[in-house]
Amino acid sequence: MSPDPGGLGPPRDFGELVSRASPWLSGDGPHGGMVLSTRIRLARNLNNVPFTHRARDEQLQGVVANVATAARSSPSFDHSLLLQMSDMSPLERQVLVERHLVSHELGDGTRPRGIVIASDERLSVMINEEDHLRLQVMAPGLQPSEAWSVADAADDDLGQGLDYAFSDDIGYLTSCPTNAGTGLRASVLVHLPALVILKDIHQVLKSVMQVGLNVRGLYGEHSDWMGNLFQVSNQTTLGVTERDSIESLDRVTRRIIEMEEKARDRMLRDARVQLEDKVWRGYGELRYCRSITSREVIERSSVVRMGIALGLPGLCPIRVVNELLILTQPAHLQRASGGEMTQAERNVYRAGIVRERLEAAERDAGHAA
Amino acid sequence: MLCQICGKTAASVHFTEIHDNQMSEIHVCERCAEEKGLHTPARKHKFDIADLLAGMVDSMTTTDDDRVGHVQCERCGLLYSQFRETGRVGCAECYSAFKFQLRPLLRRIHGSVECKAKRPARDNGDVSRSRQIQRLHDELQRLVEREEFERAASVRDEIRRLQSEPPEPAEKE
Repeated sequence: MSPDPGGLGPPRDFGELVSRASPWLSGDGPHGGMVLSTRIRLARNLNNVPFTHRARDEQLQGVVANVATAARSSPSFDHSLLLQMSDMSPLERQVLVERHLVSHELGDGTRPRGIVIASDERLSVMINEEDHLRLQVMAPGLQPSEAWSVADAADDDLGQGLDYAFSDDIGYLTSCPTNAGTGLRASVLVHLPALVILKDIHQVLKSVMQVGLNVRGLYGEHSDWMGNLFQVSNQTTLGVTERDSIESLDRVTRRIIEMEEKARDRMLRDARVQLEDKVWRGYGELRYCRSITSREVIERSSVVRMGIALGLPGLCPIRVVNELLILTQPAHLQRASGGEMTQAERNVYRAGIVRERLEAAERDAGHAA
Repeated sequence: MLCQICGKTAASVHFTEIHDNQMSEIHVCERCAEEKGLHTPARKHKFDIADLLAGMVDSMTTTDDDRVGHVQCERCGLLYSQFRETGRVGCAECYSAFKFQLRPLLRRIHGSVECKAKRPARDNGDVSRSRQIQRLHDELQRLVEREEFERAASVRDEIRRLQSEPPEPAEKE
């Protein structure tokens, strides 16, 4: 992974940061047609401070200061940006939540909390979330091993300046015992429309859980998997090395990809016309809608993303549909429009953004041709 | 759950034994643990505190559950019963304070309690020194509470001496 793929240089402030597309949605990573992103998260705490929920505000302020200092002298966080949640408006915090940079817990803004974001947004560290530090690396496509290397180096960098809570017999000590040990949660976001349509998904999810990984729908639970997006992650953090967890996630994800590929081939072979019809109707709705809900964007972009991955000619780059998932969420819309909106107004405004994005992609394609 | 040795009294001492790489969980009552010499000093200490606290609340209806719930972390003051409500421990020291309760839980969650994590970058001397300082801080607090100021002063001096030593360089592989 190159440190700054866009070559844009570091963002100077919040405004500049959010004016850019999240680089991990670029769709240009390995298996980008099926795997949107890979994420590594490491939970760490400082040894001498009570964990976040038991610490006093001044202790938490001390944690923010210590982590910020450690980040400043760390090569991994060169030119990074520190954002303190208390300095930001609820809307700005929600924008960070929608970009997957900040969790809901961190985004509530009531306690001394913050985030240090490295120059390209792929590496960041949340401060005073459930644990004092939540280091995270996001990468496009399937690259758990590469993302782990980035996280490992950044963890070592920060660890030079911080005294982590670590015990020889358990490992990293975390607020919730489910994370104790390696403190590592590695996950991939996979898009499995063909397995859902052919109703093979239940069997796949069951097998994934049987091999000790966790899988859940990104939007919605049970059989209502909006957008056919699933998050697969490791479950255990004790008795395994970080490499074990990374390799098992990689292996299982590759197997899931194979199954989805087979399902897509079957659909193309047996129902090509119906499939193409579904993809183009989805594209048509996005391209010409005048009012559209969040759910509709998620669902239509799912079929379009599948069409792009199958190589149907004339569709937009996969990056465009990936970015729609973030840009059409409420806080992003409100920030872009500059004011509060009712739900109906938001649907109209959202439709405008979606059309504009697809139109721009068509224009670019026209220029390229 | 009944004691695995006498089969009569409720088991209140729970631990994991490793023998020939095979791990087994053992649940016994206080008396059998005592008789078979299964108490380590640390374990005895924790259960004495638990017994005392539970006894203070209600000596007539003290069940095993109540007693475990009153185990407390000396550093942050969290009670085990509070952990059970929230699922979150209060500080790094809680893992030692609730060791006998957390071990079986960690095993249920992860299927193992073996540490295979990478080590912190600031390892070796520096980490162990920081642990030593923390232990001395805890001792200092106890001495002050007991008003043993002379001993407290020497512990404070020891902390200052350790803190003023230059950090040892971190070794990296």
